Amino acid sequence: MSTRAISGFRVTRAGPLALLQDSGRFGVRHLGVTQGGPADLHAWAWANRLTGNAWGTPVLEITFGGLELQAEGDLTIAVAGADLAARQNDKPLPLWRPVTLRQGERITFGTPSQGLRAYLAVAGGFAAEPVLGSVACVVREQLGGFDGQGRRLAEGDVLTIRADARTRPGTDEAPAAERPDYTAPVTLDLLPGAQIADFTGRSVFDAFNSDWQVDDRADRMGVRLTGPTLHCQTGSMVSEGISLGAVQVPPDGQPIVLLNDRQTIGGYPRLGNLTPLSASRLAQCQPGQTVRLRAVGAEHALREHRRFLAAFDPQPNARS
Amino acid sequence: MSVSLQLPRLEPAGIDGWMVRLFESIEEDNLLWLTALTRDCEAAFGQALIDLVPSYTTLLVVFDPLQISTWQARQSLVEVLAKLTPDEAGADEGELHELPTWYDPGVGPDLARVAERSAMTVDEVIDAHSRRDYRVFALGFSPGFAFMGLLDSRLHCPRLDTPRQKVPAGSVAMAGQQTAAYPAVTPGGWNLVGRTSARLFDRNREGFSLLKVGDRVRFVAVDQQTFEREGGDTAPAEAPSAEVTS
Repeated sequence: MSTRAISGFRVTRAGPLALLQDSGRFGVRHLGVTQGGPADLHAWAWANRLTGNAWGTPVLEITFGGLELQAEGDLTIAVAGADLAARQNDKPLPLWRPVTLRQGERITFGTPSQGLRAYLAVAGGFAAEPVLGSVACVVREQLGGFDGQGRRLAEGDVLTIRADARTRPGTDEAPAAERPDYTAPVTLDLLPGAQIADFTGRSVFDAFNSDWQVDDRADRMGVRLTGPTLHCQTGSMVSEGISLGAVQVPPDGQPIVLLNDRQTIGGYPRLGNLTPLSASRLAQCQPGQTVRLRAVGAEHALREHRRFLAAFDPQPNARS
Repeated sequence: MSVSLQLPRLEPAGIDGWMVRLFESIEEDNLLWLTALTRDCEAAFGQALIDLVPSYTTLLVVFDPLQISTWQARQSLVEVLAKLTPDEAGADEGELHELPTWYDPGVGPDLARVAERSAMTVDEVIDAHSRRDYRVFALGFSPGFAFMGLLDSRLHCPRLDTPRQKVPAGSVAMAGQQTAAYPAVTPGGWNLVGRTSARLFDRNREGFSLLKVGDRVRFVAVDQQTFEREGGDTAPAEAPSAEVTS
């Protein structure tokens, strides 16, 4: 290991799905290796900022809750994103702000009351050896995570943290405007593109003027939406590269929004792409929640995204 | 597909991507253009480049939206396309890989069915599959999984109705007009006809994936002894899941 690592936490209960995520794995998609990284970029970025970590520092992504950790030293952490009924010993753990832990204290996650994924950052950052340039944990590809083999956290795991990391002073608390109510009805921004001209006029109308329900067939690869049936004149296509947030429509007419662990190429026609922050927002929606789609222009969407990134000061092309 | 629209065509692919569409259908000569385009984009985008995903008829270009705008990226691509010339066709195009392959019903449980469907003997299927050099059209599905073609038309066969839950690493397979070898244990719906001892994806190897888009591949039939000596795993493949559960 290139940096000195010390023991930070012991996993006393693993829960269904807790994964280590940096900003993702880039520069290898032509080899069929997917992007990985946080399903909710917004909450992930805030967890790091609150603990004074640089952009890209590895964070735990905790889906559905159930995780229980014991601090192996005195630590500063921050949890942002979904409310998974987290507790520090016997009292509720405040979200979206830094929290000090003493050695031996326990952090437990219950079940989601709003959102699906919480992000736990530790000041200094979790330490793991990058695989193909990233520690992003992709179970399907057996890449990344603490052991490099893409394994989700398991009971008994010891989570290492960087002993020598330089951190900037953290932020006291995320402002209210940055703390979404994940249960609120949400409108997702979609950049039209790809095969949108091949959908029937009625289907394009329906896409942007209907309520869509988030299906329970949803994971880090993609989220299925149910609603009116969309028809495309293009049947099966030659497979082509798929970027984050792509909204593909298989023959059953029900869209699937492709997220971080999507396959790198695919052959279903697409309406376009959700913006990165809209894809992040969708990743926090529970099954049964209603979303709507709104067409936006590239210029507007790019400006929004740059404004978001500016608050976190990532270095250009230092996304992994 | 709207055939009236002119090619090449630039289609939006999110705030940080463009899809460059060069062709409508799969032809081997597409690769001459796609490999040239990939190289030119690397040069044109430099540090602002995040990822390039070539596939049969397209190249997906992903760039850093902090460094260049969606519009600037489009301008760069227009300039690259204006000057694009295909790589020269010739015998030396693409690196040639020989994949030692043990064709056997144990590791290729669909071999007999493919033969029966094609009205050929098993030996004829093996001969037809290993006789020609294939080109890598795309990588995807899983790390290092290379879609190769095109198969002898007599070997064209549909995917399995019910995919296997676990296809062993190294499995050599066919579906439609394409062939492939599975780099790792994954689910899969292609017809398994053999197994290669070649390591297709290795995180410790320079470049990680043995095969890249544009490479040429030759399956070389070997006997069990050679296969095992090369490190091949002889554990039999499971039957398609439909047969297991019935």
